[in-house]
Amino acid sequence: MSEQLVDLSRLQFAATALYHFLFVPLTLGMVWLLVIMESVYVMTGKVVWKDMTRFWGKLFGINFALGVTTGITLEFQFGTNWAYYSHYVGDIFGAPLAIEGLMAFFLESTFIGLFFFGWDRLSRQRHLMVTVLMAIGTNLSALWILIANGWMQNPLGAEFSYETMRMEMTDFWAVVFNPDAQAKFVHTVSAGYVTGAMFVLSISAFYLLRGRNTEFAKRSFRVASAFGLASALSVIVLGDESGYMVGAAQQTKMAALEAMWETEPAPAGLKLIAGIDEKAQKNTWAVEVPWVMGLIGTRSVSQTIPGILEIKEKNRERILNGIPAVTALERLRKDRHDAQALAVFERHKADLGFGLLLKTYTQDVSAATPEMIQKAVDSTVPRVLPMFWGFRVMVGLGFLMLLLFALTTWATLKGDCMHRRWLLKWAMWMLPAPWIAAELGWFVAEYGRQPWTIYGVLPTHLSVSALSVQSLYGSLAGFVGFYTLLLVVEVYLMVKFARQGPGSLGTGRYDLEVGHGPAAHA
Amino acid sequence: MLDYPTLKILWWLLVGVLLVGFAIMDGHDMGVGTLLPFVGKTDDERRVAINTVGPHWDGNQVWFITGGGAIFAAWPLVYATAFSGFYWAMLAVLWALFFRPVGFDYRSKIQSPAWRRTWDWGLFIGGFVPPVIFGVAFGNLLQGVPFHFTDMLMPVYTGSFWGLLNPFALLVGVVSSAMITMHGGVYLAHRTEGAIQQRAIRGAVGAALVLVLGFVAAGLWLRWGGIEGYVISPASTFDPAGLPDPLAKAVTRSADAWWANYGRQPMIWLLPALGVGGALLAALLVRGGRTLAAFVASSLAIVGVIGTAGAAMFPFVMPSSTMPNASLTIWDSVSSHLTLGVMFWATAIFMPLIIFYTGWAYRVMRGKVTVEHIRANDHAAY
Repeated sequence: MSEQLVDLSRLQFAATALYHFLFVPLTLGMVWLLVIMESVYVMTGKVVWKDMTRFWGKLFGINFALGVTTGITLEFQFGTNWAYYSHYVGDIFGAPLAIEGLMAFFLESTFIGLFFFGWDRLSRQRHLMVTVLMAIGTNLSALWILIANGWMQNPLGAEFSYETMRMEMTDFWAVVFNPDAQAKFVHTVSAGYVTGAMFVLSISAFYLLRGRNTEFAKRSFRVASAFGLASALSVIVLGDESGYMVGAAQQTKMAALEAMWETEPAPAGLKLIAGIDEKAQKNTWAVEVPWVMGLIGTRSVSQTIPGILEIKEKNRERILNGIPAVTALERLRKDRHDAQALAVFERHKADLGFGLLLKTYTQDVSAATPEMIQKAVDSTVPRVLPMFWGFRVMVGLGFLMLLLFALTTWATLKGDCMHRRWLLKWAMWMLPAPWIAAELGWFVAEYGRQPWTIYGVLPTHLSVSALSVQSLYGSLAGFVGFYTLLLVVEVYLMVKFARQGPGSLGTGRYDLEVGHGPAAHA
Repeated sequence: MLDYPTLKILWWLLVGVLLVGFAIMDGHDMGVGTLLPFVGKTDDERRVAINTVGPHWDGNQVWFITGGGAIFAAWPLVYATAFSGFYWAMLAVLWALFFRPVGFDYRSKIQSPAWRRTWDWGLFIGGFVPPVIFGVAFGNLLQGVPFHFTDMLMPVYTGSFWGLLNPFALLVGVVSSAMITMHGGVYLAHRTEGAIQQRAIRGAVGAALVLVLGFVAAGLWLRWGGIEGYVISPASTFDPAGLPDPLAKAVTRSADAWWANYGRQPMIWLLPALGVGGALLAALLVRGGRTLAAFVASSLAIVGVIGTAGAAMFPFVMPSSTMPNASLTIWDSVSSHLTLGVMFWATAIFMPLIIFYTGWAYRVMRGKVTVEHIRANDHAAY
């Protein structure tokens, strides 16, 4: 596989996945806000809560449409652009994807239709049930896709078969209850809840600042504050959980995002900021809080966290041990009954994935030069600079949002959020924060796994389809063109309806009504 | 636990069920998209047509997504080989599908006629293009596809996009498009009234006739037109229970191989009979105003048409024209015993639930969609 083909395939996947992830978190979070608002409507019968559900639901729908559109791309893309990956791990990876369709997509997609069109055809309770089922569906889809993703980070419950030349599932429940997957799930959905809360909070703050639809906006602001506070707390606490898990399965990622070159004596300190010299493999300076990293990473004061240099040396051994695994496998593929090759393979197969890393540099891994091996060793840790800062910006934004939600909750409890214009302004301008944090989180998780698609098992370099570079340029251009157009349209509609507010429902009860009042609806 | 060969056959049936489910459910809203420019002369009329599927298109589309996921999980080699080999065809399907969610949801949010006309054409593309391409893909599967495997089982496709567009494949594309258009027309006739309904009936009847003619023509072409089928030979040494290794068998080509199953099991002739009979019956019923019965007949025609092709190729899924031994079959391109078992039970549990709540959703939204209804719900309707 040419380097260029691999890079273009990665670029296309990253672009389309990051783009898709602009819409997913908002869906995950807003759907519960709709459930809360509609529940209040069903319990109190106050029509403003129904209007809130319908207006925020309208914005939810505009966002959801693009989530659906761009989600199909990702399912296609494993096959179109990552054919060898699909073959090599489809036996495990395909299952959660298919179950996601069966268990989650059908549920959310069937009931979203009734959510929008069933208001006059269903009793209040029935309609609320529809909304709840839609919410469960969206959240279950996050569960199954993160089970699939968790397996890429920590491939449990599977082993390699030389006869079928792929990974095969040995324990379905180990895949489902993979601790990495579970930690990712709670962290990701909580981040989605924060996104939903921030969206409602910001736009409500905008109405309050303009003095429009005050009763509608105050209620929305209150719900979003409380929900956002709970979610921001959970995202940070469970993000820590996610860090702990990373510590168990993927020390590489932790070392990179903490810029830990050397293994430090336990318990290691947490670097707040640092000057990183990637070439010399050291930090020129750092501001550190003692002990904290060791506590987060190992839940103990005595265990050490391995640094990058130590990890690389371990990986060197595994790469060297992987070379005979690869050569024996190649002989076995030519002759399945080669008993001697099988014996060699069995002895070294634990490091097969590491041996395959050398395929990036040479077809015949037994002829790998020391320079190639060094390159392979260096490639086993992702670049530290983007990891370190990407992670810090994400965490920083997380704390900033937590602070904001705490203040807005406090203000709504005192009942005077209207008079704190600085707080409203701050809430309004924080709108992009959850998206930046979510995209960075995705980046840290996926870039941090490089050079692997399946950690320790399958190098990214080998995962791509045998396509021409021209095809990749063509499809990438097509995606960029399409997605830019769609984004322009989506943002235009979103801004239009958000500015107009609940008046767009045409109920006759709000500011900036357009078209017909209720009379026209008779 | 079910034994491995049984699961392999069950998964062939399940993929068939998902494919047929996709064609029946997503098919009728794609058919509505295909007919949209022709049944709706005014904006209100087009909105009526769109709103017959408004609450349902999203759920229906999941048949497609789940079908893709199920093929990934149960037939990973087919998923890998077909999706990467048919790269541009798959992207064309994908990009055509882009127009649907946004078309449905965004179209009526703005009053401008130009905006709405643009999305109407988008909905047409999203309804028309995918069935044509799926038909063309099937037409190519029946002729064999130029791909091979490396020793490490990397699928390599050596054909071109334009090579897919050969005359036989295009004929199958016409058959597929006619089938979906008929189905959409019948559905529209059931959910609308007046002028829109009359146009939908004419569209459905015309499409049914094209379907019957094209389907029979494709059958005759396949029998006497020089297209060779594929067969595992010698079959006696082949073990269906064996580990899935697509390089472990020998495959030959012969002129009547695609007809061998029909010779062995004459019962299978019921499938093509159902295809032709169902389509003709659907045309008759929809003309007579029996629209629900027509929808059932049209659905049976879909079962017949897709079943005919599947039964002819069994056990092949994706034969290779350049390395016949590497052809993908239901025996050797499948997942492990464990995965097939897990996925079988997952499907067996969830499929009835899905059918139940989808049925409920259609029941809630039943009845005719009218221009008056659209005008009264100007802000809420699509």
